[in-house]
Amino acid sequence: MSELLEIGDRIVAMAQPGEQIEVVVGRSTSTGVRVYEGEVERLSSATSAGIGVRVVSGQRQGFAYAGSLDPEVMADTLSEARDNATFATEDHWLGLAEPDDVAVPELDLYRESLTAVPTDAKVDLAMALEKAVRAQDRRISGVESANYADGWSEGAVVTSTGIRTVGRETSCYVSASCLATDGDDTQTGFGFAVGRTLEDLDIEAAALDAGRRATRLLGATKPSSGRVTVVLDPYVTAQFLGIIGSTLSGEAVLKGRSLFADRIGESVAATGFTLIDDATNPLAYSASETDGEGLASRRNVLIDGGVLQRFVHNAYTARRAGVTSTANAVRGFSSTPGVGCRALSLTPGSKLQPELLADVGEGVLISSVSGLHSGVNPVSGDFSTGAQGLRISGGEMADPLREFTIASTLQKMLSEVQAVGADLEWLPMSSAGVSLVVGDVTVSGS
Amino acid sequence: MIEQAIVSRVLGTALRTGGDFAEVFVEDKRSSSGRLDDGRIEELGSGRDRGAGIRVVVGDTTGFAHTADLTENGLRSAAEAAAAAARGGGGGVNTVDLTPRSVSSQPVATRPEEVGKAEKVELLRRADEVARSQGGAITQVSASYGDSRRRILVANSDGLLAEDDQTRTLFVVGVVASGDAGMQTGRRSIGHTMGFELFDRYQVEDLAREAAEQALTKLAARPAPSGALPVVIGKGGGGVLFHEACGHGLEADHIQKNVSVFAGRVGQQVASPLVTLVDDGTVPNEWGTFAIDDEGTPAQRNVLIQDGVLTDYMWDRLRARKEGRELSGNGRRQSYKHLPMVRMTNTYLLDGNGSADDIVADTPDGVYVAQLGGGQVNTATGDFVFGMTEAYLIEGGRITEPLRQGNLIGNGPKVLELIDAIADDFEFGPPGTCGKDGQGVPVGDGVPTMRVSELTIGGTAA
Repeated sequence: MSELLEIGDRIVAMAQPGEQIEVVVGRSTSTGVRVYEGEVERLSSATSAGIGVRVVSGQRQGFAYAGSLDPEVMADTLSEARDNATFATEDHWLGLAEPDDVAVPELDLYRESLTAVPTDAKVDLAMALEKAVRAQDRRISGVESANYADGWSEGAVVTSTGIRTVGRETSCYVSASCLATDGDDTQTGFGFAVGRTLEDLDIEAAALDAGRRATRLLGATKPSSGRVTVVLDPYVTAQFLGIIGSTLSGEAVLKGRSLFADRIGESVAATGFTLIDDATNPLAYSASETDGEGLASRRNVLIDGGVLQRFVHNAYTARRAGVTSTANAVRGFSSTPGVGCRALSLTPGSKLQPELLADVGEGVLISSVSGLHSGVNPVSGDFSTGAQGLRISGGEMADPLREFTIASTLQKMLSEVQAVGADLEWLPMSSAGVSLVVGDVTVSGS
Repeated sequence: MIEQAIVSRVLGTALRTGGDFAEVFVEDKRSSSGRLDDGRIEELGSGRDRGAGIRVVVGDTTGFAHTADLTENGLRSAAEAAAAAARGGGGGVNTVDLTPRSVSSQPVATRPEEVGKAEKVELLRRADEVARSQGGAITQVSASYGDSRRRILVANSDGLLAEDDQTRTLFVVGVVASGDAGMQTGRRSIGHTMGFELFDRYQVEDLAREAAEQALTKLAARPAPSGALPVVIGKGGGGVLFHEACGHGLEADHIQKNVSVFAGRVGQQVASPLVTLVDDGTVPNEWGTFAIDDEGTPAQRNVLIQDGVLTDYMWDRLRARKEGRELSGNGRRQSYKHLPMVRMTNTYLLDGNGSADDIVADTPDGVYVAQLGGGQVNTATGDFVFGMTEAYLIEGGRITEPLRQGNLIGNGPKVLELIDAIADDFEFGPPGTCGKDGQGVPVGDGVPTMRVSELTIGGTAA
């Protein structure tokens, strides 16, 4: 039996009458390699473990965590959590998750083979990536870093309400960032590949991406301001979807911070926009068998053909909203569960990017954005980010553009979606990417 | 924290298979937090994180391992793992002689861990009450309290042994207001490297009032202009502009890999002659202040740009060693689980001679930014953004209508040259967290009121 489950059992067994205890225990081993100019710049390897204890007692909740599985430390953590609970406000909606009748899916997320890979093989992979990036184009003047990282982790959730789950996963990725130079002009690009084990990693594709991203921006100039149709590159769309996902959090709705409160059943996006959160999909980097409260992951359709279907919930927000948890409790061991989307994706359309560009005719292809955390406000809906990309002219990629912003509002962007591409990409984040065509966005340049 | 003799032996183990440098970094961090939202004290939380990170450097290769096991065996295992990762070869030493250095940590008058939880919770209630009473349009209030005590020990194969005891206390109020045009937000935060005496210096009621006022003002906000305009930045939090425009670009790791537009420019004019920019980890109680950095180097005041001329970069041990120069106190890490790298501390612009009122009056048309959000930069191209979370139109030299949130974009070297007015009303801004390469560290910043003659504003109004 898993040692983590045993630890959880032992602490939960200490629950006093009328008290609920939840224990989240995790352990992970990770390795990271960074190479630079044919040498190992750094190599790290370590194991971490931690425990988070949540106590609900007398309609109050308290929490404590520790970065160690030392028995003495764990006992302290439980008593800290109990003490903390005495200071919270009474809330009769409080309570841990309880087992529901959704079966925990068996996802094949663990590859034993990864744990047996010797360090040298990992170093070799990062070296191969650096070489491959340099070889893409003679204008690639440097590779700032080429990285390999992997980890395997195990996590357990045990509660006095009958939840008892443990799961494990392996993951690895390679990434590189490079410079391209032409005369005085310098641009940067990045590429990456992800998988569950080494064989999944496509070094050539990662190198191709890094080189292409950097070189195609050479000679970029600042555009003039105006309103245009934009095509978001898959990686940019994935970041946009993450923001939309946060507006659909049951907690945001509950606390009056969601743009879409009271709009279930209404049209909130264009008809081609179907947004799904599905952590049971093994292709998704962030897939896992259970959520942060130990409930079985499940497929949730959030927006269907532009119509808002549901918000995402954890046990608490679901109880208050009068629905059942959608298994969207998200957390690490050092915090109580929040609510969040876990593995978002748009239902893809039928056209690849070149065809989308042809349909658009005139506009701007956005290859990267910056400042999402400072220029986007999911409560007010304001969306304004730095951007780089290429002009779309005559239906094709034309001159590269830099040092501009794109702005609109989240609500408007959703209703102005003109097409979703067929180029679905599973990225190392909690949303998948795909090309997205959005109309009437304001470009600010000169 | 750990007996000196044990640390000596662990360093010896780290260098047993050879190496140019080895370091043991021990951290013991305890924190407590409280959150109020939707009228309820949601929960109090406590945390404990304790462990050691050991690195071994062989030539240009760093091997690193960390452990939560602070027994001698646990530390020596991590040392062996780090040594193996550095892939050295040949003989080494068995033990390292250490000379303890005396360090004066930032003083703490009232230890947060000795303050009763009820008192911390009371702060949250006070803020909630005042924020809600600012107007019927206030529809939601959240407040959070946090304190942490971080004890560190750094020892290395050069014989250094030093400790620091760092306490930080933080309070944040967030407000949502609702009106005909939708919802708007306001936010105020205070944080310092000090104890609970923070709440003698600042009243949470004032923060609550200001956050509420900001949200209410923004209910009338109109879309921000789109395009290039003069921008006046109000005193205080505007330091984010420098943090992004040149701060990261002056970090020696970016310079040495030639991924900064400021590489090779020491001694050159890189900014308007009005600009003198400093990075200073010694400013009493500021958010980015400490006695020693996370490599054991004492904090110091570094002038980066003097009257517009680039004078120095910021350094950590590895980069300074490569360059053959002294340290600057900029080697920092998020925790014992992370490797240190060059980071800012408190980065700020010195006072000029102008007056804030005159600068605005002298701007026929533009934007006045009262509060900045975060930002982001590509150091290789110099393009950077920063967010305006409270801003107004300037029309005919007067501050008029509030504007919706957005990002401003510019190119670092160009923007620095376009600074054409600096007032004499310097203030430090709110506490910030700087993110770099997956690690967050606390940083401070500050500016007097200043003007950039042209910046691109990412609004939606034509």
